[in-house]
Amino acid sequence: METSFNEGELAFRDQVRAFLHDALPADIQRKTLRGLHLEKEDYVRWQKILYRQGWAAVNWPVEYGGTGWNATQKAIWADECARAGAPEVLPFGMKMVAPVIYSYGSEEQKQRFLPDILASNVWWCQGYSEPNAGSDLASLKTTAVRDGDHYIVNGTKTWTTLAQFADWIFCLVRTGGPEVKNQQAISFLLVDMKSPGITVSPIHTLDGYPEVNEVHFNNVRVPVENRIGEEGRGWTYAKVLLTHERTGIARVPQTRRRLEAARELAAETGDGGPTLLENPAFAQKLAETEIELLALEYTELRTLAAVSTGQAPGPESSILKIKGTEVAQQVDELHVEIAGYYGMPFVPEQFSDGFDGEHIGPGDAAASWLRYFNNRKASIYGGSNEIQKNIICKAVLGLGG
Amino acid sequence: MDFNYSEEQQMLADSVRRFVQQDYDFDSRRQVVDGEDFFSRAHWQTFAELGWLMVPFAEEDGGLGGNAVDLLPVMEEFGKGMVVEPFLPCAVLAGGLLAECGSDTQKAELLPALVEGRLQLAFAFAEPQGRFNLADIDCRATRDGDHYRLNGHKSVVLNGGAAEQLVVAARTGGDRCDREGISLFLVDVESEGVTRRRYKNVDGHGAADIWLRDVRVAEAARLGEEGKALPAIEKMIDRATLAVCAEAVGAMDSALEKTLEYTRTRKQFGRPIASFQALQHRMAEMFIECEQARSMLLMAATQLDANGGVAPRAVSAAKSRIGRAARAVGQEAVQLHGGIGVTDELDVAHLFKRLTAVQYLFGSTNFHTARFMH
Ligand SMILES: Cc1cc2nc3c(=O)[nH]c(=O)nc-3n(C[C@H](O)[C@H](O)[C@H](O)COP(=O)(O)OP(=O)(O)OC[C@H]3O[C@@H](n4cnc5c(N)ncnc54)[C@H](O)[C@@H]3O)c2cc1C
Repeated sequence: METSFNEGELAFRDQVRAFLHDALPADIQRKTLRGLHLEKEDYVRWQKILYRQGWAAVNWPVEYGGTGWNATQKAIWADECARAGAPEVLPFGMKMVAPVIYSYGSEEQKQRFLPDILASNVWWCQGYSEPNAGSDLASLKTTAVRDGDHYIVNGTKTWTTLAQFADWIFCLVRTGGPEVKNQQAISFLLVDMKSPGITVSPIHTLDGYPEVNEVHFNNVRVPVENRIGEEGRGWTYAKVLLTHERTGIARVPQTRRRLEAARELAAETGDGGPTLLENPAFAQKLAETEIELLALEYTELRTLAAVSTGQAPGPESSILKIKGTEVAQQVDELHVEIAGYYGMPFVPEQFSDGFDGEHIGPGDAAASWLRYFNNRKASIYGGSNEIQKNIICKAVLGLGG
Repeated sequence: MDFNYSEEQQMLADSVRRFVQQDYDFDSRRQVVDGEDFFSRAHWQTFAELGWLMVPFAEEDGGLGGNAVDLLPVMEEFGKGMVVEPFLPCAVLAGGLLAECGSDTQKAELLPALVEGRLQLAFAFAEPQGRFNLADIDCRATRDGDHYRLNGHKSVVLNGGAAEQLVVAARTGGDRCDREGISLFLVDVESEGVTRRRYKNVDGHGAADIWLRDVRVAEAARLGEEGKALPAIEKMIDRATLAVCAEAVGAMDSALEKTLEYTRTRKQFGRPIASFQALQHRMAEMFIECEQARSMLLMAATQLDANGGVAPRAVSAAKSRIGRAARAVGQEAVQLHGGIGVTDELDVAHLFKRLTAVQYLFGSTNFHTARFMH
């Protein structure tokens, strides 16, 4: 057993720190640390800086432009990024569609799509969920009917995160008829958002931000060459990637940063008596959250260690999703408590960068509440926590049904 | 033992329920919340006409009796409908202080206007440094002949934007956190030196931050004795805390009902999601929380009425337990709705936001647990 960094790893950490110190733009860092909304331009600017450094695609194979880092280096990178206040790289292009393309796409598709993802020239969004296909994704109804060398796509995707900025969408669509078993009727299709027949309508989340959308497809013509892999195999591709893409799902570094921020704020927050940090009930909650986070960190490290010795991450990694979101939500609640009354004012414009008025309340207290509201999503999306528990029951504990 | 409402209380509950059903559906509410005042003046008139604004007051003050229990039927139904009209800050809290501490002249001048819906009041107590400690008051009132000069900053004053008169807690003596030395003043918002920043809260209720800079207030505008206001403030905040607990109980019942309804109709994997036992147990837990919360509400209300409106441990026990229930029921309602639960379009998301705010209004769960212990 060996859980401390060796010399090479420490040197790597210093190199990462130095890079982040020099390269991370101050305005983007400030927004990230304060939990303000980043604009599309902010994400793209940062990702292009990473691209120029050769560090944009941490997990990709080296041949397509990946870093070739081992699991420890990736963990160091994630940790240092969170500490420094670097924004997270949006997952849709880099972590979701790119692996499907390089694992199952044709040579032409790889050449056509991967370089633009790597360089953040193109913004992707994820079109899986539908109004009636959420947890039961395989029941999706959006159809793609063959018409010569095109598919005609009809249907509605929903909860599509940041589709308002997207150039392309990757979709699961139904290519098989009703007689085909769900899992064999689904194909993986890349669709240009500028195609005629696509309309995007915003949905505001409960923090008031249009974070998600409905994307409607009305007789949208999509070239057959935009299908990844074989017809009817899309479900398999999506599934395989879901269980393999575990890096960062526990979000330990991000949660730790917010936990530390809570500790600092609590030390400054009081009501004339002891500070909140000295309040036994609060201090205990903080400590329990920190302990849970530590447990999660080591559970994640064990998973990563297993992966690096060639074992595929098993369904046990559902733990990372469940605990990762639960601990993050606990930290959100600590921030809600710290903010107290000043979490209540709802003045969302004060959290966008152009706002030059005076903030209501100290610091970003009101942002804490909005963040808490917004982050209730974490236990719902990406396979809800209930669905993750079903997976553990069936695939790990052998509780059939 | 009888935990039922009296006939009058039942009629009151029915009348508020009818209003919520007929005039306060989710879309109408949204228009109210998005309006200029963050509440509807027309609705406020209705409240006055139906006599609801008299509920918090004793008969000699022109009210209906003013028992703590009388607040429950109104507040519960308001909770179900997420009513944002300022019944709590204006009538229960500021009006309550006026009735509790005001002179006969002051009451005669203001209470009729209040119950007739012609006067908006707010109670400005919390300050940026003070969190939930009612004695942590730094706003100063210094003598200036037969006047006082008020200086200070009041945070998140409910109904502070719409109020015409403020009841302000200010220090005439002592230091931050001293129990002695706190006085109450009626301050006209048009007075020189009053500035307000109005905003809407996350739950749709209107509020304001208010700054007082050398505001001249006549001695006649002081409510009650100089320096002795804290017990009355605590009494009225406890009453308002009970009211907000009742609102929470109504909001939780509504969140549970909507969750039951949704999970019975929402189908995944070919069947209603309510058929999954994992979710059934979660809803059973929500139900248990609602019931425990209701028990604490009735406990505290009857304790208040049996003890002349002073039952701090009972109120804190109720607020602590109901705060925990509000957290659990709100979060679960959202979770069981899935994606739609975190959208602004869904009423349950707004119930969740109000259920979050009620956990912190007049002291967090943590604060009230500690107050219960000491
Ligand atoms: C903010 C946000 C962003 C999102 N972004 C995207 C995106 O970019 N692209 C995309 O494709 N999708 C996205 N999603 C969709 C997300 O993946 C779905 O919301 C999720 O799969 C749940 O589906 P649902 O909302 O239809 O809820 P439902 O499936 O209707 O679930 C409702 C409730 O029932 C529970 N439940 C369902 N089935 C079972 C069962 N068998 N056993 C026990 N409990 C069960 C669920 O856990 C949940 O609590 C996003 C969602 C949110 C909230």
